[in-house]
Amino acid sequence: MVPSRSGRLINRHPGPAAGRLLALVPFALLLVAYAIGSEIRLSENPNDKLLPSFTALSDAVERMAFEPDKRTGDYLLWVDTVASLSRLIGGVALATLLGTAIGISVGLIPYARRTMSAFIAVFAMIPPLAVLPILFITFGLGEVAKVVLIVFGIAPFMMRDLAMRVAELPSEQLVKAQTLGASTWHIAWRIVLPQMLPRIIDTVRLSLGSAWLFLIAAEAIAAQSGLGYRIFLLRRYLAMDVILPYVFWITLLAVVFDFVLRRYQTWAYPWFAAARAPG
Amino acid sequence: MTEVSVRNLWMEYGDQIVLERINFDVPAHSFVSLVGPSGCGKSTFLRLLLSQENATRGQICVDGEPLLPNPEPDRGVVFQKYSVFPHLTALENVLIGLEFERGGFSGRLHGRAKRNAQAEAMQYLEGVGLADAAQKYPSSLSGGMQQRLAIAQALIKKPRILLLDEPFGALDPGIRSEVHDLMLRLWWETKMTVFMVTHDLREAFYLGTRVIAFDRVRKREEELERYGATIAFDTPSDPAPFVTELATAEAAE
Repeated sequence: MVPSRSGRLINRHPGPAAGRLLALVPFALLLVAYAIGSEIRLSENPNDKLLPSFTALSDAVERMAFEPDKRTGDYLLWVDTVASLSRLIGGVALATLLGTAIGISVGLIPYARRTMSAFIAVFAMIPPLAVLPILFITFGLGEVAKVVLIVFGIAPFMMRDLAMRVAELPSEQLVKAQTLGASTWHIAWRIVLPQMLPRIIDTVRLSLGSAWLFLIAAEAIAAQSGLGYRIFLLRRYLAMDVILPYVFWITLLAVVFDFVLRRYQTWAYPWFAAARAPG
Repeated sequence: MTEVSVRNLWMEYGDQIVLERINFDVPAHSFVSLVGPSGCGKSTFLRLLLSQENATRGQICVDGEPLLPNPEPDRGVVFQKYSVFPHLTALENVLIGLEFERGGFSGRLHGRAKRNAQAEAMQYLEGVGLADAAQKYPSSLSGGMQQRLAIAQALIKKPRILLLDEPFGALDPGIRSEVHDLMLRLWWETKMTVFMVTHDLREAFYLGTRVIAFDRVRKREEELERYGATIAFDTPSDPAPFVTELATAEAAE
């Protein structure tokens, strides 16, 4: 069936080429709006810092990414990126391990569910940023506190989400596995975990936004490097020419992660698309 | 050869009595069809046979021994849906029964042991006509193929009893009669005892050597909670012509 291109608005569908073009329109509009705004402000005051020109932005990128810092000799953008990503990946990986182990136990084993689910529900309500000072006091100002904040922020959600996904598995599967001679451990290892792996990717994708939030918050408060640290440091000098590319860079990284995870999910778990579809 | 006897079985959920006074004996190598209106407890009875739930009172004995309290490999099952594992290929779905048994803690086989088990699993896939689909995931199999796969998966454990919960209910008529004949052949070859819950009376009489109907004896509104369903009728059924053919062929050999 070819989608209609006339008639009522709800029945009209853009073609593939038009669809791609339409998707670009908001981005293009934003760029144009920025260019106009920047032009107006700079024509009034050439020293205006709020909306730097594209030339100023690219100069700043050149300086941060491709020239060694005058004081330390580091290429700051890359140093910051490596620092931030290792914290982010460490935190997300740790939270995923915890979330998977506890989520599957809680979803599969009634005793674990009764023991843990109320605790996790209450724990998840603690605002992570409110305990950040405690983490800094306990773990010092180094890397550990930042990784722990990310874990603290996203692990409870991951546990609950996965416990729910496990509980959604049809009980027929668990009974069938038992009639095939499976022990509880066999069921967890061969039936539940492999079916959870693609769902864990969904959970990680959903958690990444929060993980970035907690990372940047922790870096803003106490760090010597990192993307969040740099942004908050340069804020004092109103250095929008650096802050804007940094924000753009963080966004780009987040988009790439999301894309890679989604691609990996379809590639590694070809059975999952059909299993996820309802009915 | 497995004989099943049900003695004064009651099943209650809180105040609600679902089944009461269920008594019958089934000789070895029977094909028992369980029928009855919705909510008459026939699926509950199947869950009791499976030890998915345990009876409030009374017991079910297999060859004189009471059932173990959990689902075990001596009783295979095919459900109407979700019987096969979506994350495993057809071959892996059949193989996994052997892997649980022989694979130790990890429930996985490797090397020669795996190849031997795969060869064994392939025989069962061939037995249900799915050899060509061995590497496919269940989602790319048709409904009939998925049910045949579920049957092969159950049979590799050589269960003494096979439980079928409306296994053919979702299949097209043509496919259904194909799977019927397959089921009869496997039942005949393995000498299992089969219990099948079905809504379809024709199917019940065609496949079964015995048809047992569950129903409530008391049906007044205020009595529904306190009186459960019991056996309303219990009748032998002639084996399908296909079974007679199988028997004749076997005798000729």
